[in-house]
Order: sequence, then C-alpha cells, then structure tokens
Amino acid sequence: MKKMKVISPILMEVSWVPCSPLRRVRIGPIKVRYRMLLLVFRLSFLSFFPSLSLSQHFAPTRTKPHHRISVSLNLKQRKQREEKRRMMMKLDTSGLESFSAAVPSAMATAEDQLFAPPSFDLPAGCADFDKFQMEAKQTLKHAKGTTTLAFIFNQGVIVAADSRASMGGYISSQSVKKIIEINPYMLGTMAGGAADCQFWHRNLGIKCRLHELANKRRISVTGASKLLANILYSYRGMGLSIGTMIAGWDEKGPGLYYVDSEGGRLKGNRFSVGSGSPYAYGVLDNGYRPDMTVDEAHELARRAIYHATFRDGASGGVVSVYHVGPNGWKKLSGDDVSELHYKYYPVQPTPVEHEMVDAPPA
Amino acid sequence: MARYDRAITVFSPDGHLFQVEYALEAVRKGNAAVGVRGSDTVVLGVEKKSTPKLQDSRTVRKIVSLDTHIALACAGLKADARVLINRARIECQSHRLTVEDPVTVEYITRYIAGLQQKYTQSGGVRPFGLSTLIVGFDPHSEKPALYQTDPSGTFSAWKANATGRNSNSMREFLEKNYKETSGKETIKLAIRALLEVVESGGKNIEIAVMTHKDGLRQLEEAEIDEYVAEIEAEKAAAEAAKKGGGASTSASS
Repeated sequence: MKKMKVISPILMEVSWVPCSPLRRVRIGPIKVRYRMLLLVFRLSFLSFFPSLSLSQHFAPTRTKPHHRISVSLNLKQRKQREEKRRMMMKLDTSGLESFSAAVPSAMATAEDQLFAPPSFDLPAGCADFDKFQMEAKQTLKHAKGTTTLAFIFNQGVIVAADSRASMGGYISSQSVKKIIEINPYMLGTMAGGAADCQFWHRNLGIKCRLHELANKRRISVTGASKLLANILYSYRGMGLSIGTMIAGWDEKGPGLYYVDSEGGRLKGNRFSVGSGSPYAYGVLDNGYRPDMTVDEAHELARRAIYHATFRDGASGGVVSVYHVGPNGWKKLSGDDVSELHYKYYPVQPTPVEHEMVDAPPA
Repeated sequence: MARYDRAITVFSPDGHLFQVEYALEAVRKGNAAVGVRGSDTVVLGVEKKSTPKLQDSRTVRKIVSLDTHIALACAGLKADARVLINRARIECQSHRLTVEDPVTVEYITRYIAGLQQKYTQSGGVRPFGLSTLIVGFDPHSEKPALYQTDPSGTFSAWKANATGRNSNSMREFLEKNYKETSGKETIKLAIRALLEVVESGGKNIEIAVMTHKDGLRQLEEAEIDEYVAEIEAEKAAAEAAKKGGGASTSASS
C-alpha cells in the first residue's frame, strides 16, 4: 500500500478526496478506511449544525450495494480502532467554533437564522390593499382651498376668484392667478391642485388653437369644455384634483361650464367652486338678477368673493374680477380683500364706557 | 414604366403615382354624378343605370346621408364607397361626442380625403377607386357647401361640379350655364347638366335636394319627370325663339 500522508479535510464540502474512500489510510499509528475518516469529520461538524440533513452522508454514492467492511481485524486492531474513534470524538474542533461563537444566542436559533431564508417586513398596506388605496386618496384630497365663481347674465359672463394658495394650514402664496386665460375669448378658473389646473388649462389652450387652425373657426365653449372633460375622465382615479369653470363667448352667445377631475361636466348659469363656495353662493344667489348692468354684476361678484374670504381660512389675498363679452374677456378689477373689508365695514368710532379722566385737582 | 405601377408607394421617374392615376381611370368609368350649390339649396344628381327587373331598387342607394345635415354622392367602385361611407359616418358621430357639435362639411371632407390619401401611402393596399361629392350645411349656418374629393386625397370646394362618366362635358356645360340660383332653379340646373350625358327620363336619374330646414330629400320619379318635362319645354321654346329670330333676320336682310 502506498504510503500516503493524509491531510485530514477539516472543511466538509471539499470534494477533493486524496484517495478512494475505501483505501486504507494511516494517520499516525492508526490505520483506517478513508471513508471512515471522512464520516467522522462530517459527523463532528454536524454536531454543531444539526439542522443540516444527514441524508447526504447516508445516500449511497455508488449504485452497487454497500461493501461491508470486510476486514479481518484481530482483537488488538479492533481495540485500537475503538480508541481511535473515541479520540476522534475528542478532536480539537476549536477552528469550527469561531463560526457559532460569534452568535451569542442559543445555538438552535442561531443555526436556524443562519440557514433560514432571509425575511423582511411586508410593505405597509399589503394586508388590505383596498383600504390602503382609499386612505391614500383621502390624504391627497385637499378640499380645494379657494373660492372661485362665475355667472352668466344678459351682458355676458362674470368670472371672479381669490388669490390664496394654502398647503394645509400654511399660506404658501397670497398672489396666485386663479383665472387662467385660455385664449382671448375664453377663461378658466383654478380650484384644487394648482399644478394640475395650470397644466391642463394650458394644454386645453393648445388644443383650442389647433382646432382653430384646422377648422378655420374658433372652438365653441361647449367643445372646449368637452375636450377638457374627456381628458380628465381618462385620468380619473389617478389623483388629479381639478374643479374648474370654463367661461367664454362663442357663436351661440355666452357659455359657462363646470368641469371637474372626477370627469363631471355641467352646463349652468351660476357656479362657485372651492372651500369658500358656500359663502359665495349665499351672497351670489341673493343678489343675482339676469338683467344687471356690467357694473352691478362686477360689484356682486366682488362682494361674494370678499364674504367668502372673510369666513373661509383657505381663501384670501386679492379678488380678481373678469368680464367676458362678445369681443373677448377684460379684467375689471383686482382688490385686496383686507382693503375691501374696511371699505364695506368702515371702522366706527365706538362709545367708550368708562373714560379715563384725570382726577380732579384736590 | 410597367415597373412603377405595381406598388403604390413607388414614384415613377417622371413623378407619377400610377396606381392613383389608374384609380382615377376607374372613377372615369363610374356613373355620372353632379352637384350644384345654390344660395339656400344644394342638389346632388346621379345617373341611374337601368335596374334589372328582379332587383329591389331600394337597396341600391347612390346618394347617402352621412349625418342629418351632410350627404354624399360618389362615382367609381361602389364597394369602396361603402367602406368609406361607414368610416365617415362613424367620424361624424365621434365628432358630435367629443366636441358636442355636428361636423362642418369641410371637416368631414378633410377626413374622407385624409383617409383616401392614407391608402396612397401605405404598403400592401390600393387606393379607394372613387371620387365623392359631399354637400351639406355647416351647423348654425344657413349657407350650403359642396366639396369634391378624389382618389389621390385632394379636396376642394366648388360651386358646381361633376365626376364619373363624361364628367368633362358636364363640367363644361355647368361652366357655361352656371349662375346663382335658389330652390327649384338649382334643381333644374342639376338635371339639365345630367341630361347632357344621360338619356332623359325619371328612371335614369336620381336627384336629392338638401335644404337647411328640411335636410336631405330624395325626389320621386314623378317629380323628376315633371322637371324634365319643364326643361324640355324650355329648350324647345328657346330653340323656337332662336329659329324665329333667325328667320326674321334672314327675311329682313
């Protein structure tokens, strides 16, 4: 038998086998089958990692039935073998311990964690997706903090709006242009998401211009509002927030439509949109007459917006009023609401109950 | 030359699209069609080839409506016409839906012409072999309009025009005799133009009249016969006047 030094394979998964497993090898004074050697090492390794399956060791590597270890051992050899086995058990495997020593917790869980598949928390909302979606939509719904109004009367359309932009409780701007000039004879108002309104009104302006170029005639207010409504309907449910009024003068006369991001579109004579609209409606509905003059209508619109800004925290800044006539729109006024307040309700000198007077000279 | 008339997307060296020109040939073999625009009426007339006895003539309609205010007559391949008319009808309704307004005559003509042009610039298709005459009233307007398209996809507005068989002679007649007419005079002018190339008689002519109030109305055979009789009488009177005048001048000379 060729004398061969066996460098015992400490590492389990080394497939390099220095000789056939059946070969008898000598480690020092001990002669043993190489297979035995491998088995002992693997078993000792396993004592630290019992979760590993042992089947790989007992699965036959050969198709032929197992050889019985047909070795005729005399007693002495058998005893030596036993001893060796016992020694094997007490082998110094401190090299292997570094692995598990690093994990101070109980051996069992450490081994589980090492070899369990990596786990992570499921993202929020996966448990109940529909509820999550509803909640997300609610957080985006800032009930359109603004006041805008528009109404048709005999002389055309009046459009008025405030100019405050708010983010929750923070007033981000007092000078927002909420009446958007789509083209020289059509106006749109802004309520809801400022970016959404600005972008889609500009887009509508482009479409109106293209229509004019292609058809050699202006688009009607009906057509323009329908174009916008169709676009908004196709984005329904995706979080656009727009409540707008399209006002204009076309071949059929004055036109006023309310279009919103839910895809709704309404034709009407009087509309007010925004968080301040209930207050504006009160004043507007009270003072409205179809046969007003332009000045009367102007004053009505201004008052209505002023009252809405007085009571609604999300409305304020400057009241802009526009008039749309047969020749297009014209801006009538832009008044600061705090100045309007003192105009409508000037400071009255109030009687003082107890006047401070000098004590009479003694 | 023969190499350039197979695929339509290929120009010939001298700048022709042969397939389009052959389509125009097909149009020239089709039924005669004429359209005349008056001040408040617009008339379409089509030559009616003699219907076989067993055919139900109601199913063969040569003048069709695209919408309540637009009508179309065509010359050329009738099967192509059916496809084009269906697409145009859908477009009319789609326009009503997106813009809440009926189409203008120019819009639908542009659409049909665009469709015809698309088929001259695609691979594997042939052009539509028909020219159309499109008449109608713009919404909110009382003025009638008449447009013509052809297989190449061009379109233009006309006061009076003809396509199909012998269209040149009809057009010459119209150029000579056109004047601003209204109502019955427009109808008579259209019939006179058709009679230049078609045998006279109500059963060889189909006429449809469109007004702003009443929309499209197909004339009955009896009515057409009346008009034809009137026209014949006028012609005879005119000829008699000419002859009489000639005789008097010759007598005086």
